[in-house]
Amino acid sequence: MAATTNNENVLEVKDLHTHFYVEDGEVRAVDGLTYSIRRGESLALVGESACGKSVSALSIMRLIPYPPGIIVSGEILFQGQDLLKVSESEMRHIRGNRIGMIFQEPMTSLNPVLTIERQLSESLELHRKLNKKDAKEESIKLLRLVGLPDAEKRVSDYPYQFSGGMQQRIMIAMALICNPDLLIADEPTTSVDVTVQAQLLELLDNLRSQFGTAILIITHNLGVVARYADRVNVMYAGRLVESAPTDVLYSKPQHPYTMGLLASVPRLDLPRNRKLSVIDGLPPNLARLPKGCNFCTRCTYSIDRCLEEKPPLEKVGEEHYSACFRSGELGK
Amino acid sequence: MASNDHIIEVENLKMYFPVTAGVMQRRVADVKAVDGVSFYIKKGQTLGLVGESGCGKTTCGRAILQLYKPTSGNVQFEGRELTKLSNKELRNTRRNMQLIFQDPYASLDPRMTAGDIVGEPLIVHNMVKKGNEYKDQVNEVLRMVDLEPRMAERYPHEFSGGQRQRIGIARALAVRPSFIVCDEPVSALDVSIQTQVIMLLMRLRDELNLTYLFIAHDLSVVRYISDQVAVMYLGKIMEITSSDELYDHPLHPYTQALLSAVPIPDPVVDRQRKRILLSGDVPSPVNPPLGCNFNPRCQMAIDICREQEPELRDIGGEHFVSCHRI
Ligand SMILES: Nc1ncnc2c1ncn2[C@@H]1O[C@H](COP(=O)(O)OP(=O)(O)O)[C@@H](O)[C@H]1O
Ligand SMILES: Nc1ncnc2c1ncn2[C@@H]1O[C@H](COP(=O)(O)OP(=O)(O)O)[C@@H](O)[C@H]1O
Ligand SMILES: [Mg+2]
Ligand SMILES: [Mg+2]
Repeated sequence: MAATTNNENVLEVKDLHTHFYVEDGEVRAVDGLTYSIRRGESLALVGESACGKSVSALSIMRLIPYPPGIIVSGEILFQGQDLLKVSESEMRHIRGNRIGMIFQEPMTSLNPVLTIERQLSESLELHRKLNKKDAKEESIKLLRLVGLPDAEKRVSDYPYQFSGGMQQRIMIAMALICNPDLLIADEPTTSVDVTVQAQLLELLDNLRSQFGTAILIITHNLGVVARYADRVNVMYAGRLVESAPTDVLYSKPQHPYTMGLLASVPRLDLPRNRKLSVIDGLPPNLARLPKGCNFCTRCTYSIDRCLEEKPPLEKVGEEHYSACFRSGELGK
Repeated sequence: MASNDHIIEVENLKMYFPVTAGVMQRRVADVKAVDGVSFYIKKGQTLGLVGESGCGKTTCGRAILQLYKPTSGNVQFEGRELTKLSNKELRNTRRNMQLIFQDPYASLDPRMTAGDIVGEPLIVHNMVKKGNEYKDQVNEVLRMVDLEPRMAERYPHEFSGGQRQRIGIARALAVRPSFIVCDEPVSALDVSIQTQVIMLLMRLRDELNLTYLFIAHDLSVVRYISDQVAVMYLGKIMEITSSDELYDHPLHPYTQALLSAVPIPDPVVDRQRKRILLSGDVPSPVNPPLGCNFNPRCQMAIDICREQEPELRDIGGEHFVSCHRI
């Protein structure tokens, strides 16, 4: 089984489809996703809201609510093992021990009526089989590691007594309990200020180099990607439109959506009179996707073929993939 | 500071909220949300107001518009002192000053059609009676924000986030104001939609000669749209200068830290920037520190910073800084 996979990769996602069946019809939140993450790598997943980023992450964790959601097909190979084939109890073990996840709103995952110590210790006793006393000591150690000031004292506080940034640090501590091989961070800094964002991302980056944890960071912020990711996947309406090493993506984007996004964001370092290019229109309804390319309705380069066929993700350079019939001619 | 090309002048504005306790709701302390803010905006220009959440941006905008009664200080608008106006006078003046909200979901009444949301201020201010002329005016404003007049019959839930924000903008424009407080107007929108709305706001400003107080926490957006930028921290202004000067030569240690925390969407450029990581959190506005509000987190702080509050002073060329070390 493991022989068929590249063991440089912690995770390989192959042709993943996750749909929701709602009043509106079949919502193709994730519509054929293929990518991998290497050991110790930080991979960014960028895209605008509702393009399927969280659903793709929750699919890895097998946390898609059923009904209305279901993973229709695909493979999710975590260190060679297909997570879509393991039992629920095995999956629980993997979630607690080998894959950690942090969310945008830390309060949705912290228990408001338990002290931080209780929450960390419970997890340590369960997953690492520590006794009460050792668990408390380890909790404090973890909180120090994530930069919580006054850890010995504050470990007995409740979640609401912390600021949003500190709650997110506590979440990171919880996710690190078992020294996971993969940490999924779903918009971890979207609801905090830039100064706190910088603190948290710096922390994640240090932990990655210290422990070799691979990080899948989901964000819509192109600056965050530029600063912290080794490689980037750009997602649009349930699919990847472009994938490249970070420097390559920003210097030689090949997909019209990526090009449009990069040209549309105001930048601190560029002259104020720089003209921003506007991507007109809206992303398509995921229950009524067009026959052709999902981006064709907003694309200024679309040709007849784009309306008829979905362009596959194809190699356009070293480790660089783009899903556009015109990538070769445009991205020069 | 007074000059007639200033459409608005704010002087030592304070807005405190009481913290009460016990059954008697006794006032035990104050949240010093805005604590002595002064600035002016020239007609047709945009002043950006930036700072981390909770620093008092929204409160400042609302206190200027007299939606809150300021604790103290003065606000001169088109030569009138707003804090001394009667309610009736204030109502009349309000027509000229409007507010655009952050949340295009919460700020529109779900039971009203888009047309009535946009037209309501016209009726409230007695500018027109319901009828054909009303319809024409509503349609005209909708067109100004790139919405089609036929959309006037639809309800808010039938619009996308970006379109709802356009409705909010149209409502503010309907009464032909000269000054608009834009409170995080694009923060809730997606990147590509943000740019659409920014471009719209800039076009309207130029076409209608509007003056904006543009509140946002996204420094890149603020730099793009603003002529002048004010940096706020814990209820006070730390630095004000032209947008270019602020980004090219930030002087206040807080401004420098804030700017360095913003990652640039270009890895090659971003790698070359100096990074200053601030430690700790913003203190509570109930118990602001003695001396300079920023001193507990400032790497440059010396004794005087912990004892004496610095004044916002002009160091030349309309560059104002509040720091003992400059
Ligand atoms: N529990 C759910 N029930 C129905 N639809 C859902 C559910 N979760 C997500 N979706 C739909 O899936 C699509 C992708 O959502 P999501 O992955 O959360 O987007 P994002 O990229 O913002 O993280 C959206 O259209 C959303 O409405
Ligand atoms: N109506 C109110 N009553 C009491 N405190 C308030 C009120 N409005 C705002 N505050 C407090 O004032 C401070 C500034 O808030 P706000 O102006 O909303 O900041 P910003 O817009 O910069 O995020 C915060 O500490 C906030 O909790
Ligand atoms: Mg999401
Ligand atoms: Mg606010």
